[in-house]
Amino acid sequence: MSNELTFQLDGEDISFTPGQTIMQAAKAAGVYIPHLCWHPDFPAHGSCKLCTVKVNGRFGSSCTMEAQAGMSVENRTAELDDKRRTLLQMFFVEGNHFCPSCEKSGNCTLQATAYELKMMSPHFDMFYPDRPVDASHPDILLDFNRCIMCSLCVTASREVDGKNVFAMGGRGILGRRIHINSESGKLADTDFAVTDRAASICPVGVILVKRKGFAVPIGERQYDKTPINEQVKEPTA
Amino acid sequence: MNAPMNAAPVAAKKLKVATTSLAGCFGCHMSFLDIDERILKLLELVEFDRSPITDIKHCGPCDLGLIEGGLCNAENVHVLREFRKNCKILVAVGACAINGGLPAQRNHLDLRDILEEVYQTEAGISHGGIPNDPELPLPLNQVHPIHEVVKVDYFLPGCPPPADAIWKLLTDLLAGRTPTLGHGLMHYD
Amino acid sequence: MTDFPRIDAVLARHDRNGTRLVQILREVQEQLGWLSPATLSHIAAGIGWPRAMVSGTASFYSFFHTRPRGTYCVLWSDNITDRMLGNTDLMDAMCKKLWLEPGRVSEDGLVSVNTTSCTGMCDQGPALLVNYRAITRMTQARLGEMVGLIRNQTPVAEWPAEWFSVEDNIRRKDILLGHELMPGQALKAALERGPQAMLDEIKAGKLRGRGGAGFGTGLKWEACRNAVGTGDNPAHYVVCNADEGEPGTFKDRVLLNSYADLVFEGMSIAGYVVGAKKGLIYLRGEYRYLLEPLESALAARRASGLLGADILGKGFDFDIEIHLGAGAYVCGEESALIESLEGKPGRPRIRPPFPVTRGYLDQPTTVNNVETLAASCLIAAHGGAWYAGHGTEKSAGTKIFSVSGDCERPGIYEYPYGVTVRQVLDDCGATDSQAVQISGPSGICVSTEEFGRRIAFEDLPTAGAFMVFDDTRDMFEVARNFAHFFAHESCGFCTPCRVGTTLVRNMMDKISLGHGSPYDINELFKLHRVMQGASHCGLGNSACNPVFDTLNKFRPAYERRLKSLDYEPAFDLDAALSQARQMTGRDDAAAHLTNEAEA
Ligand SMILES: Cc1cc2nc3c(=O)[nH]c(=O)nc-3n(C[C@H](O)[C@H](O)[C@H](O)COP(=O)(O)O)c2cc1C
Ligand code: SF4
Ligand code: SF4
Ligand code: SF4
Ligand code: FES
Ligand code: FES
Repeated sequence: MSNELTFQLDGEDISFTPGQTIMQAAKAAGVYIPHLCWHPDFPAHGSCKLCTVKVNGRFGSSCTMEAQAGMSVENRTAELDDKRRTLLQMFFVEGNHFCPSCEKSGNCTLQATAYELKMMSPHFDMFYPDRPVDASHPDILLDFNRCIMCSLCVTASREVDGKNVFAMGGRGILGRRIHINSESGKLADTDFAVTDRAASICPVGVILVKRKGFAVPIGERQYDKTPINEQVKEPTA
Repeated sequence: MNAPMNAAPVAAKKLKVATTSLAGCFGCHMSFLDIDERILKLLELVEFDRSPITDIKHCGPCDLGLIEGGLCNAENVHVLREFRKNCKILVAVGACAINGGLPAQRNHLDLRDILEEVYQTEAGISHGGIPNDPELPLPLNQVHPIHEVVKVDYFLPGCPPPADAIWKLLTDLLAGRTPTLGHGLMHYD
Repeated sequence: MTDFPRIDAVLARHDRNGTRLVQILREVQEQLGWLSPATLSHIAAGIGWPRAMVSGTASFYSFFHTRPRGTYCVLWSDNITDRMLGNTDLMDAMCKKLWLEPGRVSEDGLVSVNTTSCTGMCDQGPALLVNYRAITRMTQARLGEMVGLIRNQTPVAEWPAEWFSVEDNIRRKDILLGHELMPGQALKAALERGPQAMLDEIKAGKLRGRGGAGFGTGLKWEACRNAVGTGDNPAHYVVCNADEGEPGTFKDRVLLNSYADLVFEGMSIAGYVVGAKKGLIYLRGEYRYLLEPLESALAARRASGLLGADILGKGFDFDIEIHLGAGAYVCGEESALIESLEGKPGRPRIRPPFPVTRGYLDQPTTVNNVETLAASCLIAAHGGAWYAGHGTEKSAGTKIFSVSGDCERPGIYEYPYGVTVRQVLDDCGATDSQAVQISGPSGICVSTEEFGRRIAFEDLPTAGAFMVFDDTRDMFEVARNFAHFFAHESCGFCTPCRVGTTLVRNMMDKISLGHGSPYDINELFKLHRVMQGASHCGLGNSACNPVFDTLNKFRPAYERRLKSLDYEPAFDLDAALSQARQMTGRDDAAAHLTNEAEA
């Protein structure tokens, strides 16, 4: 096909349709670009920056950048993976990620991405934040110590559930957090339901369904079987 | 004068290894012992200095130091420094050494409140108040991973790291390779 | 609730329109003191927005209080220039006199004392805000008096008027500050030309944005003019960026104080060119005191037919509205500014689309700096060729600098582009200078050898700040102050900036406390590399500039603080035993740790 639009991703030809982002085109072609805040079902948020690639020599977020014919994109280079590892370490030090006691372990996108990028330690000095845990809801537990600020819960609640249970607010490292749509700030005082899309969207261990934890034995969990880079074509959550 | 260069194998010399558990649960050491019969092979290649396995009290000059557990008190800091001073290569083994692990889950609490709660408020444990015997090491305000105090050369994640991962690290180091862990050996839990 | 009628009055004034949330919150807070949970719920119900979005916005801005605040809220401007003028001692003394810890509200709820980012009074510091009113030239003598007034609960409105006086300090005028245009003259010339011809003049005048990036104003206006509005209410908008948050910058304050007509006229010309009927000024909250004078200046223009319907009888309708910011530097970034204008947290948008195609309310919007708009009047009046005859090849016209720091005559200086750093230093009476921070913390730090460089887009681009440091100053402390600024102002949206600015701040503090090693310096370089490429907006991309520049140009200022050549602990080990010592009462040798590894 002579009129097929393509660009180069790490030297490989990737075809795309006009309007597709680099990330969308890569996923369609089964090529993994590390990402945390992007989800195929929702518009790009562009906050985690794990998907940073080099386009014709300049850095850019592949989840927000539209593919252009003939562009040359670097993805899994040592330079970029180094930066991504540093970004992952930033997540691990700003939050509190004690995986052994986290129900999401084995099914967590952050953890799986850190394995993929061979993150051996958090490297920086830990912040050990003290963010709230909300157990008020009968079916859902919220542990914001693990939040990566991807806003997927905000979008899912708004766009799919039509509820606006969550909003991102506050500023900076100390302020930025998910706000819950009730005067008490408690999830129990909202119309959130365990059947909401937002209840299953969180890529990490913040929004957890109660009494479901550790149901899948170690070895059987999503990323025990195959590494995240081999699961490109499967839905992320 | 340059030393003659050839690729002949270096004469096999036993690697001297020291291990210790700081604020850890010995889980990592148990996992180490889980390498089972491979330990015999290992003993042909390494010789243990200070370690819970040997009962040697102080670490002498070593090739490799394996640290389990984070820093919870002053004693941990002294031992860690002794290891760093004596070991050419220092490895943080397990979640607790790498990010503080379970003990660090106390970090969002104020140590003074914890001590008060444990020794004064809580009935039945101790009526003698907070122990102040100079023999006892004082706890740090917060638990810290070991890389916050000394330079750490390699990290081996896991809680505990699987025996195969420990084996891989040791054999890589013995062979002079930069240690790597493939899928399945790399675990944070 | 008894407060509800007052909140309802504010809501009614804003048509219960959620996009006006930042203005609603500010006005409600001005009446009630703070924004209680019940207040936020009531506002949310009033504008029909989810409550979480209302609290999300309220908690974004430093000047909004979602917890009870003191009757007197004292905020010391904490730019490096305020520090150099002694604000730290003054603030400490104030806290002592009031028996207060910084950042805490006194037990009786009377007063709180804290710091805030640069308030734009660098030429007349130390500066502070009391209940968001600007006070300049603070002294020890005034301090005692002020504490007395607070204790006696004298309303701020009754405090000595001279404390609130803000000087222009204009030291050098060129074509802009020395203009002799009458109100309406430039606008009339523009309307007579017609929009396309006016646009062509702007292009011929080679006007470039004065807000920092230097984008061609003609191109921007053209793109906006050509873009088509969408939806039910298609429209075009002009936004005047008066957020002026870059520490060390205060020229827009002077333009708005003494040249407001020129700014309004520039907005009108822009509106005429792009086809807008409405202009918005985004005025930083620190300049709250300018609101009433600006409102009356707008009223005067309406009265003389220079704003409103059928301006100058030429069938052009245009009006201007002022929005106030509420303490967030990132809102100077044009897309964050637009989010704020729409009542949301000031989070930079994903670009493209750029504001010129989808800006305020998703409509084509041109965002321009105050000075850019004022300069456009000169082109309207005198023509593009005349304007392009000033300055240099790629930098037409003049630029206004805000000069502060170690010099005899701090203030406002206007020069044609191309002036050397040395010339400005000579004119402002700076001696023994070792460095100048051009364009603020996100700009460039130039050292003595570079004083021959020219300020122009070809060499040293600038948004206006010109902070002078003489050879008694510690350039490490300058960079550390800036690192704190960025960590405080990061919006928190993207990972590299949210976490990176805090890591950099912590490392600078570690080095400052004498716990640093060469390892930490390497870490700073590494963070610079990650943040510069990967951040979402200009804030994160430039947040490491001051550290990077001073590391390269003033390395010894770092090195003499380093503890050793070895790896150093992240924290003070001995201090980490403090709580246990306190609880056990021990002080024996084993109850201490040395910070150096024992030999
Ligand atoms: C963090 C940040 C802060 C900014 N602050 C301001 C500001 O206070 N005033 C300003 O005019 N431009 C500021 N800018 C630049 C604006 O985004 C925009 O480029 C400018 O207002 C365009 O106007 P101009 O073309 O007239 O220069 C800032 C940019 C960034 C990234
Ligand atoms: S959220 Fe993921 S990375 Fe964080 S603790 Fe849970 S499993 Fe680990
Ligand atoms: S709670 Fe989960 S889904 Fe929501 S922002 Fe945090 S990490 Fe993302
Ligand atoms: S770079 Fe900083 S200020 Fe800009 S979007 Fe990212 S976090 Fe916000
Ligand atoms: S996936 Fe692109 S920024 Fe998060
Ligand atoms: S110390 Fe090994 S598992 Fe915690």
